[in-house]
Amino acid sequence: MSSTVLSHDAAHHDAHGHHHETFLTKYVFSQDHKMIAKQFLITGIIMAVFAMLLSLLFRIQLAWPDKEFPILEVFLGKWAEGGRIKPEFFLSLVTIHGTMMVFFVLTAGLSGTFSNLLIPYQIGARDMASPLMNMLSYWFFFTACVIMIASFFIESGPASPGWTIYPPLSAVPTAIAGSGLGMTMWLASMTLFIVSQVLGGVNYISTVLNMRTKGMDLWKMPLTIWAFFLTAIVGLLSFPVLVSAVVLLIFDRSAGTSFYLSDLVVQGQILPNEGGSPILFQHLFWFLGHPEVYIVVMPALGLTSEVISTNSRKPIFGYHAMVYSLVGITVLSFIVWGHHMFVTGMNPFLGGVFMITTLIIAVPSAVKSFNYMATLWRGNIRFTPAMMFAIGMVSFFISGGLTGLFLGNAALDINLHDTYFVVAHFHLVMGSASIFGMLCGVYHWFPKMFGRMMNEKLGYFHFWLTFIGAYLVFFPMHFMGVDGVPRRYYSFTEFAFMEKWVSVNVLVTWAAIIAGVGQLAFLINFFGSIFKGKVAPQNPWNSNTLEWTTPVEHIHGNWPGEIPTVHRWPYDYSKPGHNEDFIPQHIPFSQTMSSNMPHDFEGNEEAIRIQEQWNKENNRVVEG
Amino acid sequence: MNLKINNRFKSIAGLLLLISLFFAAPVLAVQDDSTVVDTTAVAQATTEASTVDSASAAPTDTTAAAAVSADNANATTTTAATASVEEVKSIDPQVYKNFFYYFLLFLVICTIIAVIGKIHSVYVLTRKMNGKYNEYGNNNLQATLLLVFLIAFLAFVYYSYDVWGSWSWRDAVTEHGKDIDRMFIITLVITTVVLILTHIVLFVFTYIYRAKAKSKAYYYPHNDAIERLWTIVPAIVLTVLVLFGFFTWRSITNVPEELQKSAIQVEVLGEQFAWHVRYPGLDGKIGKRNYKMTTPTNPYGIDFNDQASWDDLQTQDIVIPVNKSVRFHIISKDIIHSFYIPDFRVQINAVPGMTNYFQFTPTVTTEEMRDKMNDPNYDFIMLCNKICGQGHYNMGKKVIVVTEAEYKEWLATQNKYFTEDLQKEFASNNTVEGVQTASIN
Repeated sequence: MSSTVLSHDAAHHDAHGHHHETFLTKYVFSQDHKMIAKQFLITGIIMAVFAMLLSLLFRIQLAWPDKEFPILEVFLGKWAEGGRIKPEFFLSLVTIHGTMMVFFVLTAGLSGTFSNLLIPYQIGARDMASPLMNMLSYWFFFTACVIMIASFFIESGPASPGWTIYPPLSAVPTAIAGSGLGMTMWLASMTLFIVSQVLGGVNYISTVLNMRTKGMDLWKMPLTIWAFFLTAIVGLLSFPVLVSAVVLLIFDRSAGTSFYLSDLVVQGQILPNEGGSPILFQHLFWFLGHPEVYIVVMPALGLTSEVISTNSRKPIFGYHAMVYSLVGITVLSFIVWGHHMFVTGMNPFLGGVFMITTLIIAVPSAVKSFNYMATLWRGNIRFTPAMMFAIGMVSFFISGGLTGLFLGNAALDINLHDTYFVVAHFHLVMGSASIFGMLCGVYHWFPKMFGRMMNEKLGYFHFWLTFIGAYLVFFPMHFMGVDGVPRRYYSFTEFAFMEKWVSVNVLVTWAAIIAGVGQLAFLINFFGSIFKGKVAPQNPWNSNTLEWTTPVEHIHGNWPGEIPTVHRWPYDYSKPGHNEDFIPQHIPFSQTMSSNMPHDFEGNEEAIRIQEQWNKENNRVVEG
Repeated sequence: MNLKINNRFKSIAGLLLLISLFFAAPVLAVQDDSTVVDTTAVAQATTEASTVDSASAAPTDTTAAAAVSADNANATTTTAATASVEEVKSIDPQVYKNFFYYFLLFLVICTIIAVIGKIHSVYVLTRKMNGKYNEYGNNNLQATLLLVFLIAFLAFVYYSYDVWGSWSWRDAVTEHGKDIDRMFIITLVITTVVLILTHIVLFVFTYIYRAKAKSKAYYYPHNDAIERLWTIVPAIVLTVLVLFGFFTWRSITNVPEELQKSAIQVEVLGEQFAWHVRYPGLDGKIGKRNYKMTTPTNPYGIDFNDQASWDDLQTQDIVIPVNKSVRFHIISKDIIHSFYIPDFRVQINAVPGMTNYFQFTPTVTTEEMRDKMNDPNYDFIMLCNKICGQGHYNMGKKVIVVTEAEYKEWLATQNKYFTEDLQKEFASNNTVEGVQTASIN
């Protein structure tokens, strides 16, 4: 690490000649955090589009279970013979949609992109602690994506036991076709992905802890950095557990062990495995799986905090409370996993305990939501597209989070477990909320990433289509769940009580199609603006954080000359007495005598004395 | 990003697009006609062919017909039929035309949106030139739209509670289900109130505090008192919910031993993709099962060395008497399934290698439920609720709740699992394998 710091030392920095950059080192095997962030983002967007197309395919099946769409056969071949998706392929679609969205889009695409982009920028570092690990992190992720997509092109089809890959379904190839080679590829892909996450996480944590610029103490870090830092900790502690789950599953599948298998008679065949327990896998899986949803949502919360504060022109309300609630979520996220397993036959007393911890986690989440609203109160709100998405994120976080009170309650979960109610819940609170957090980040930091502005009009168009579309898609699903419609059902026509929901499914599918097509507005805007957008000014949103002090043109090492020193917290927006409505973090208090407040000096007697003297000389009265 | 249409090539491209769309639609109509003609012609051809060659089945759709007729034209032999089966897979060109049509339609919509966007830009530019441009115009618009969204959202929530809510809600028909329902309603009221209030606050704030020409934000970084308040209030509400939920959960799952024994025992086994039901017979005990003893004649894998299994009954449906406590033993033969009866508020997974239990007391018979629902065909359904393979969506079993007298009557008519065939097999195996099975146990 020290060598990195030295080689990028400010004194040497102006002389760029010694970095001989080829196309390959600049755009492909880049070790620059800004380029890696772009790579993560673009890969994430491609995976998101892919996973969204998968979801449209199964939505079509759900809305029109009796209709044939010959065009599907053109694209899908034997998986949609006669224009109807096959039940097994339907399960594959559901599985890969979930896996890609949760891991590739909302984990790598979201925290991979913005941790890489913003951690060095916002804490004032030249690059990540280990640029090489950072590069490897991306390429492991990329390989994982390629393997996952490749599983669509094999004879037996992609994995299909749901994104939770519960054995024995995922362990016994005779149980379902997708558990053959497709499952092997899923496991290989996931192992590589976890390597990527661990490399990334170690890097984020060490960068935040060691490489903050002068003056940037922990309590001066923007909430984005807090969120990425805590997310990385959660990921680093929980992803390795998934590795153990995955490795044991690979042993069960390939080496004939029985960690998860016992007493099986599959398709009339008595299997030799004895002594294992499928419940063990669920414990291991959810020990990652639950923290994973916070890995997904915490970066979104961090980005949203920053965007809401900037565009309300107001400090984020209760900065310390926001940090403590993130810490609270981080700690609690490790002791709630059992709420996914209330009805698996786990000891019921344990279920009761998990229920208590689960509902406690709602408290920090509630605090965050209330603080967002308090930030908006008496603000001076500019509705940039990023701000719209941030507001949408808060709305989804609340409406999806509230249904967690049902599912976290073991007694209510009996009836709601694995129904559409669950689908609605997590698509709102972690799907939509995180996607909105991610999009809010893209719209806000696009000028920083590409040096150009995005088209605002297309941004609003995209927001409204997606916002309304997401509610129309996911809200009705709650009611199907209350009625008892299980998730992952290929069609609703087999049981009389479900048939009424087919009409609602048509609405949902149309909403999904329109919102899905609406994403083209984003894609056109995103890729078009990279090349044709208006050139961005240095600080387009009048924001306080350090990344906006860097030049628009990306340079290796981020700042020409010295890294700015940080003097204040990042949320001095609309501070009374100052002539502008923002004071960037690197502006010393000596330049803002007219707006300083006594608590700004954190008990520094000398500074307070100087300020008081200045106040007297200039007849300034400070309230409080 | 700046979308420009002033480019000559782009406008020509747009024009071509419109023209091709114009032509695409009539092509569709013509094509439809011609396929209809084809069909009739083909139908004739095939009827002639079928008289010659019985192997070529009557075509069901136009593509099949086309393929068959083409083959018939060449040679009306038996091989034609097999060849036609292969050719059926080729896709009707109409499909591509339809796809192209929708694609063009989509491009036209995009063009229209782009044109509207352009017109708006021109409008903004003229306003700017005339010095009448309100730079907060868009801000006001978005804030207003959010307010409109709020109203639409509240209406949508009301509509969905009213319509879909009434579709989805049926009172529980079990004793413990009533407790669950009560708690569900309490939670629903709390969450709905919070949902509505927070959304009103959120979107009203965004409207009131939108940026205006001379407005300035109020520097208000924190207020410890109010933060404490909204930490403690949710904490208290959640504590109440947690305690309430915890005791309900314990009362459902923690059944005293004597009640466990006095209940009616029923075993349900899940496999891909069916459920099997076993009643204990006269002795009230379900015989042991050993998956290693699974044979084609004994698919359930029942261990007949355990004499308790000899009088076990195998039944088609799950039939249980009303107001009697029933203890279900849920097991699985292959992979994880889930035993889920929505109307009963009952769910427990069927996990291979272990037995899960769920004990409950139904309070309404199927007949009464039918009267209540005003639906003479209504049935309680037990569904599989854990992904288990391609037949997952179709793996249910009827649950019939009857009066006690009807239950006894029904039980008397059920067949024993230990059929004569199995008895013979067991008797012959036992003489040879007696030592072996003993060692297994």
